[in-house]
Parts: sequence; C-alpha cells; structure tokens
Amino acid sequence: MAATTVAASHRRARVATRRPLGLVPTAVLLVGAIYCLFPVFWVMIAATKSPGELFSTATLAFGTGFADNVAQLFAYRDGVFWLWALNTLIYAGGGALLSTAVSAISGYALAKYRFPGRNVIFNVLIGGILVPSVVLAIPQYLLFAKIGLADTYWAVLLPQILHPYSIYLARIYAAAAIPDSLLEAGRIDGAGDWTLMSRVAMPLMVPGMVTIFLFQFVAIWNNFLLPFIMLGDDNKFPLTVGLFTLLQAGSNQPSLYNLILTGAFLSIVPLIALFLTMQRYWRTDLSSGAVK
Amino acid sequence: MKRSAPYLFLTPAIVLFTLFLAVPIGYTVYLAMRRTKVSGLGLGKGARREVFVGFDNFAAALSDAELWNGWLRVLGYGALVLVVMLGLALLFALLLDSARVRLAKFSRIAIFLPYAVPGVAATLMWGFLYLPSLSPIKDVLEVNFLGATAVTYSMANVAVWGGVGFNMLVLYTALRAIPRDLYEAARLDGASEVQIALRVKIPILTPAIILTTVFSIIATVQVFTEPSTLRPLTNTISSTWSPLMKVYRDAFVTGDLYSAAATSIVIAAISLVLSFGFLRVVRNRAFGEG
Repeated sequence: MAATTVAASHRRARVATRRPLGLVPTAVLLVGAIYCLFPVFWVMIAATKSPGELFSTATLAFGTGFADNVAQLFAYRDGVFWLWALNTLIYAGGGALLSTAVSAISGYALAKYRFPGRNVIFNVLIGGILVPSVVLAIPQYLLFAKIGLADTYWAVLLPQILHPYSIYLARIYAAAAIPDSLLEAGRIDGAGDWTLMSRVAMPLMVPGMVTIFLFQFVAIWNNFLLPFIMLGDDNKFPLTVGLFTLLQAGSNQPSLYNLILTGAFLSIVPLIALFLTMQRYWRTDLSSGAVK
Repeated sequence: MKRSAPYLFLTPAIVLFTLFLAVPIGYTVYLAMRRTKVSGLGLGKGARREVFVGFDNFAAALSDAELWNGWLRVLGYGALVLVVMLGLALLFALLLDSARVRLAKFSRIAIFLPYAVPGVAATLMWGFLYLPSLSPIKDVLEVNFLGATAVTYSMANVAVWGGVGFNMLVLYTALRAIPRDLYEAARLDGASEVQIALRVKIPILTPAIILTTVFSIIATVQVFTEPSTLRPLTNTISSTWSPLMKVYRDAFVTGDLYSAAATSIVIAAISLVLSFGFLRVVRNRAFGEG
C-alpha cells in the first residue's frame, strides 16, 4: 500500500507543477473544516466558564470554571453522570463486540461457502437495511415488556447486535481477504469447519472487523431513540438520554447551563479521541481486502 | 466439509433477525389492525376488548391533519437537508480528490469529525449557539435562530453539520477507487478539472451518490432526535413536529399503541416509496430507460 501512496503522490506532484495550486478549492475546504470544528471548539470553551462568565465574558474567551463545572457535574444527583458514561461504554462496547462477531462469522459463511439458500438468506438479511427503525422500536419495547426485560441493559444491547450493513461489509471483506487456496489446504490437512473458521478465517478478517466494530460502536454510542424508548430508570441511561434529561431539567434555569454544556463536552471527548487515534480504520469500503 | 457448517455459522444472524426484525414487524402490522373496544361504561370484566378493525387505523392516520402538517414540515426540512448535505458532501469529496488542494488531510478529518458527535450532543451544542443570550453568531447576524420560520433552517443546519462528513467519506472513498489514468486521458484531450469532475467523476460516482441519497432519505423521514432535543430551548417546536414524534407521543404519552403502530407503518411505507421512487427517477435519467 505504501508504494501506491508514493506513486500517487509522485503523480500528484507532477500534475501540481503543471498547473497552479488551487487556492479556491483549498479555501472552500478550509471553510468547511472551520464550520465543522466551530461548535466543538465553542462547547469546549463554554465548558471552561463559570455560570457568571458564561453570560458576561466574550464567547470565545476561555473561562476559569472548568474544574468547578466538572466537580459539579460529577456531584449532580450523586454522580449519575459517571453511571451514564459507564452505561454508554457497556452498550457501545458490548453491543459492537457482539455485532462484529455475528457479522464476521455470517459474512465469512456467505462469502466462502456455496449452499442452497445462500442468496435468499443474504438478500433477506440485507433487506433489513431498508427497514426504518421506527417500525421496530415500539414492538420491540412491547415484546421486551412482555418477557419482563424492558428497562434492562438487555433491552438496549440485544436489538443492536444484528446490523445488516456490517454483514454486507464482512462478506465483501471475507471474499477479498481470505484466499480459497488457504482454506483448501486446511481441509486437506484435515481441519474441520470450525477450526478453519476460528484459526484461519477470523485472524485474516481482523482488520475488517476493526472497521465494523468502530462503525457499530459509534452507531450505538450515538443512538438515542432505542434507549429513550426502552429505559425508564435513569441509572441505566446512556449519555445521549442522560444529556437529554439534563437539558429538559435545566433549559429553564440558566444557572444549570454550564452543567449541561460541560456534560455535552465531556460526552463527546472519548469518541473524538477514538476517532482521531483510529484514523486508518475509518473506511467505508472494504473490498480491497487490506486496511491502508 | 460438513454441509451444515454454513447454516450453523449463520444461525446467530438468522435468530437475531427473526427475534428483533421479523417478529417486531409482524407485531406492528398486527397492532396496526386492532383497537380497544369499550362497551358500556368500560367498567368490569370484558368491558374493554381488543378487536380487529382492518385498515381503520391506517385510514385515521392518513386523514389526520396534525400528521399531515408534520409531513409538510419534514418535507421542507428534509429537502433542505438532502440538497445541502449531499451537495456539500459531493463538493468536498471532489475538491479533496482534485490534486491541487493544500491541507487536504486536515480538512478531511475536520469535516468527518462531527460524525463522532451524537445527535443529542450536536443538537444541544447548536441549540445553545442559537440561544439569544449565548449566541456568538447573533452578534453578527440579527436573526432569532429559534423563531417560528428560522427554526426549520436551524434544525436542518444541525443535520447537515452531523451528516456531511460521513457522506463525504463514502463519496471520497468511491472516488479514490477510480483509476487515475482515466483523468490523464481526459486531460490530454484538453478537459479542465471542472469538466473532468462533471463529465467523468460524477457519472462514475452515481451508484455511491444513489446509496448515500437513499440512506439519507430513510434517516430524514424518521427525524426525531434533533427536534426532540431542541424542543426544551424553544416554544416553536410542537410535541408532534415530526411524524415520528407523533408516533412516540401516541405510543408512550397518550397510550394509543394502535395508532402509533399504524402511523409508524405509514412512515416506513413513505420512506420506502420515496427511496424507490428516487431510484426509479435516477435509473430513467441515467440510463435512458423508459
């Protein structure tokens, strides 16, 4: 892959010398970048302001109240914010892990086996992409309520394991990353299907699985509707629902604004960190079979 | 190799699909065709019964003026979001792909960053930025962002901000997969960068553009998080601003599950009709099939 990059940049360099540098495209992209960074930057500054400073000092000047805000937020209702953060980690981490495992094994089976019903199963599973979550949320809640699992961790975890698009990605990745010859060789050596899957296929699929995990982690972390419908007990809330209730409680009390803004800021920090450190895995196409 | 192996490997997905997709869909359809019937004063055993009412709930949903108003609001909002978000995503992707941009990596990461921000947090940040008492933008522009007319645009801005980066990445990835020789050939023929973008890149990108549009339509029709989160900050958003908000209210506030089920099926049907309608239009345009 490195060779391709080098070749591409050589080509790019050659083209660039032939034509003048595009100032307008660069400027347009930078304006886009500033537009996207601005609210994050603003909420970071707002989180440093004491309640008084929030309304009195210049909007883009740092305040002095960050430590107080954080302390106040963590003390809010006996530290419920910590619980929300922990819950979010459980939902997003656990859900994404299970989802990746199910997607990888399904994608592998669909890519590397020929069996009756393969296309039907694939098409039906993929058809799930088109089902809007709105038709699922209410009956899922009612069904969970019937078996007594509404308002539990399971109610948020279980419905988010199956992710049709991840199965689709896993199938593409398995087709590209696992050579048939390797599986054949394994079979000749007497390896069973389970061994081939766990010892040969899965290790080769790890880079693709990281990408699937990340997308699913973010999707669950960001989900609002499902936990909002499923959960009533605020000790089980994820951050999204927690922030929402915080806003509902505090929107009429400007003295709580700094709490809400600090909460918003702290809840996006982990994801942005994950996002920046895992840059190379954020890919929307896995067909080349290798992560660049 | 055992013939059962692939089926065993697919069992978890099939079980999850059945439990969390097929059964809930079936249950929604079942609920949508039923209603509680109260006889007498509704007291005593058997006074409240659930009965089959066929398509009555759908008829009620389709003739509900409040819901229609919701559709009109979401239609305006959605058209705005789709055009601006996908237009910007395409523009950014094409600019990133053209060789003449400085700081391309910084811009790409910065524009993709909002993808990592949950919708609730994004709406909350923008919501506070819109608040007259806090807004730094208000000093420059004399607009009440949360006023009756402006609120739709303000909300669309939140959705555009949150969605432009992901769509840009999808389109950019598709662009990077196009062999570079194609552009060299066009350049030798004297085509400008803009001409290459319009005549070579966009036609090849069509499948990716269609994919992002269909996903965006499905997401936009179900808009819920943004208006619900912005609601505490303004009195211009009703509890039934979007159709999905009405479904939520019917199901969990007023307790009319049957209407909620019927309305949610109508929402799903409309998003599918819009997606497939869009696919049809595009196919006819792109390939000239009648």
